[in-house]
Amino acid sequence: MGRKADYSEKEKKGPGRKTRKQGPPTFPKKSFAPMDDEDKRLSHRQKQRVAKREQKKVVQKAKLKEKREKQPVQKKQQKYNSESEPEDEEMSEQEEQVSTDEEVPQLVPIKKQLKANGVKNKKEIVAAESESDEEDIEEMEEEATDNEDEEEEDDEDEAQVGKLTDLFEGNSDDEFDVSGEEEADEEDDDESDDDENMPIERASKKLKSRQAKDAELAEEELQMTVDQADIFRFPVEGEEPEKELTLQDVQQRIKDVMQVLSDFNKHREEGRSRAEYTELLRHDLCLYYSYNEFLMEKLMDIFKLSDLMDYLEASEVARPLTIRTNSLKTRRRDLAGALINRGVNLDPLGKWTNVGLVVFNSTVPLGATPEYLAGHYMIQGASSMLPVVALAPQENERILDMCSAPGGKGSHIAAVMKNTGTLFANDANRDRIKAVVANFHRLGIVNAVISCEDATKFRNIMTGFDRVLLDAPCTGTGVVSKDPSVKTTKSEIDVQRCYNLQRKLLLTAIDCVDAKSKTGGYIVYSTCSILPEENEWVIDYALKKRNVKLVPLGIDFGEPGFTKFRQHRYHPSMNLSKRFYPHTSNMDGFYVAKLKKFSNTIPITKEQQEADEKQLDEAIAAEATATEEEAPTAGDETEETKERKLLGKRAGKPNLTDVEQDLKKKKLEQSKTKYVARVFEKPVKVPKKPKPEQPAATEQKQQESGQKKMQNDKKPENTQNYKKQGIVQKRTPKPQNDKKQENGQQKSKEAPQKPAAKTQENGKQNTQKKAKVDVAPSKPKANAKLAKAKRVDVDEVPLLEGKPIKNKSKFNQKSKQVGQLSKSKKPEGKKQKFKK
Amino acid sequence: MKRLSEERTKILFEKLAKYIGTNVQQLIDRPDGTYCFREHRDRIYYVSERILKLSECFGYKQLVCVGTCFGKFSKTDKLKFHITALYYLAPYAQYKVWVKPSFEQQYLYGNHIPKSGLGRITENAGQYQGVVVFSMNDLALGFGVLARSTTECKSADPLSTVCFHQSDIGEYIRAEDTLF
Repeated sequence: MGRKADYSEKEKKGPGRKTRKQGPPTFPKKSFAPMDDEDKRLSHRQKQRVAKREQKKVVQKAKLKEKREKQPVQKKQQKYNSESEPEDEEMSEQEEQVSTDEEVPQLVPIKKQLKANGVKNKKEIVAAESESDEEDIEEMEEEATDNEDEEEEDDEDEAQVGKLTDLFEGNSDDEFDVSGEEEADEEDDDESDDDENMPIERASKKLKSRQAKDAELAEEELQMTVDQADIFRFPVEGEEPEKELTLQDVQQRIKDVMQVLSDFNKHREEGRSRAEYTELLRHDLCLYYSYNEFLMEKLMDIFKLSDLMDYLEASEVARPLTIRTNSLKTRRRDLAGALINRGVNLDPLGKWTNVGLVVFNSTVPLGATPEYLAGHYMIQGASSMLPVVALAPQENERILDMCSAPGGKGSHIAAVMKNTGTLFANDANRDRIKAVVANFHRLGIVNAVISCEDATKFRNIMTGFDRVLLDAPCTGTGVVSKDPSVKTTKSEIDVQRCYNLQRKLLLTAIDCVDAKSKTGGYIVYSTCSILPEENEWVIDYALKKRNVKLVPLGIDFGEPGFTKFRQHRYHPSMNLSKRFYPHTSNMDGFYVAKLKKFSNTIPITKEQQEADEKQLDEAIAAEATATEEEAPTAGDETEETKERKLLGKRAGKPNLTDVEQDLKKKKLEQSKTKYVARVFEKPVKVPKKPKPEQPAATEQKQQESGQKKMQNDKKPENTQNYKKQGIVQKRTPKPQNDKKQENGQQKSKEAPQKPAAKTQENGKQNTQKKAKVDVAPSKPKANAKLAKAKRVDVDEVPLLEGKPIKNKSKFNQKSKQVGQLSKSKKPEGKKQKFKK
Repeated sequence: MKRLSEERTKILFEKLAKYIGTNVQQLIDRPDGTYCFREHRDRIYYVSERILKLSECFGYKQLVCVGTCFGKFSKTDKLKFHITALYYLAPYAQYKVWVKPSFEQQYLYGNHIPKSGLGRITENAGQYQGVVVFSMNDLALGFGVLARSTTECKSADPLSTVCFHQSDIGEYIRAEDTLF
């Protein structure tokens, strides 16, 4: 039976098999591709073949060695075979070089030196082999039909080539070029053997050679950088002028020195000390990040090297903008919603605060939104919320914010207190206090008393506070990203001025707190500086002077405070205070310490206390004078400048020559060091050094008048003076000199010590006055007479030789006069100079 | 800090009554202690008696501000309220004006409110009635006086002024130097 046939015509379902048109044949492109895509997968067979080839090569190598020892030169003519393709030749030659380069970078120069060397030969062979290898692969890709025999031939050929060239070179006086050429020829020969002048092949050759060129260049470059990187040579002074250094060079050098310092024993250059390296590093960092030497030195003391770089980098970028919700008027969520509606992109700041928001970007100015004006938030750095978090104000307390402008922290305190209790916000600056008033009103704080007092006198006004927040004025070294001028403007004297004031403020703050307060008795000290002088040292001072102890802040991040820094050893509990760095917590550099007052009694006696007070006052006053003096003492070198000075301090400045400016700088430094007052010792008033540029005559005079004085003072600074005297005395005729010295000594013994002592006293008492007196432009004129008279005396000195004590006593008196009236020799010296 | 003279007290309370009417009572009798008005350098401060006592430690010149400043007397004894008074005026205000969001910014730059910027207005407010100005989401923006009564407002020309500007919170920025 079977199936019944279906005769009905079938409908066509598709276009049918034949309708589909075959596309043009596609050849695997890789056959023409440059050979460096070797990483393409090989088929199983290919792999097998490759393995075989490898085996053969090994065998051949062995054979080759044997042959080389025996075989003489056979084919010399081959080199002339195909000079018809000069371009190709050259290129292939280059390629040759490259391939050798890859293995032994310095092959080319070495070759010339060791022409007939066996070592070289070996290298050559290796190179040749590697080339042949490449070629093999190419061939394999090109022609699948290649059989193994052919390849074998090829290999053998090439192996011979290597050997040939070697021999050729070995016995001939030809240069390397020739041998290279020969090799190239060899290759060409191969080509012509296979099929001559296939255009594709030629193209591929060209391409190869071009690539080889590129590779060569890249190699060179790499080599150069490697050369630079791996050996750091310490720059010799005077060898390379500074101006040639680019910023990149400096950066590179910083990295290098960092590396050296990270493993000093390993990377150091022989005979270089660590100090030299750090010195160089500091200099470079100063240059690169534009800090001044002083601050960079401090930073290098504070941070480890790795941290230092992080810190410096972090200080270059601005911190994210943060705002603090005013919890008196709104909630953070509501505020965030309102601001997001205005096109502000923000997020909660952190777990430690429930009022902070960090703003990523904003389409509206955040300082002028209606929410801001209505007092819903305050623009405030994250770091300045920390002290208030640490202070942890309670409701119905009496709290003092000693240095409150512009009122960010103060308003935060009031907000935490929920407008209960009383907040005293004080600031010494009447201009800045306006901002406090404005902010407090805007934020709706009604429990505040805002005053404009000198905070150091606050204990006379009111005490018995439950908590005191002291956000002390500081150098601001932590907020470099906000105010880059800090990098260059701060100096030792600034730091000193700050910490003296800070100590005074902190003692006052402690005195203002009531230790018996039921809820409080806390003082929080904070600065936006990271220098230990302004932080740990100040706290340490307070710990010694008052009955306070450090307590934990209640903030779980930040670095612990230093318990030791260089030669200083601070109280061991100092690690309870916290430091915040831009690179670790992404907020401004900050220091916060919380103190608890446990007794209202002051551990030191009243006299001591007064002495301390006085000491701090004096230090501050001395610094003030120092700064006052800075400007006027500088630059009264010529009468012109003097005249200008009458017009105004800055009038003459632009016209100063370089020399004068240098002098000015020197003086400035001198005046600074002169008034550097250590806090634990009384500020030492150092008599001024005679100016280095003064002529010998003047110095003689000074010597006369000053010797007595100087012998009375035992300060080490005077040794310099003595030295100078010695020099001067050598210039004067000998016999006289001897006598003079004797006389001087006699005098100093004989003469009553009154005048010297007097001057000293004067000097101490009215430092301030004196500075001004020295400086007053009219004074030198008044002194002119005296100076004249004095000079006459000095000129007569040689005549003194025979005449004993009488004249001398006269002289003595006169010098005394001078000492009393002018007190300082400076103006006289100048005057004389002018006259000459 | 000194007590207000009889005359100045009268002026002050009249002025206050313009904005908050009988709610003045609530400023004086508070459950959380006695509050009082004091004068310091011609400025009126409203402060708790407790804080006032503490502030007496400071000298005349050193004391800058206590509590909330309401306004300042001119030399001719005319009282002008500062924007800082808004903190107490806004919650007690009897007559209010709401401005449209589109006009908010304009108002904060010190412009009078035209009819077109008016969002809402309290009923039954008469002409020259002191009002507190709010944004549509009840953010106090300032205060002023009505240029025309509520009923007149309804029929007013869109560009005609409805409320005269007296003070706005933009002054915290614009007039920080003169205000404080």
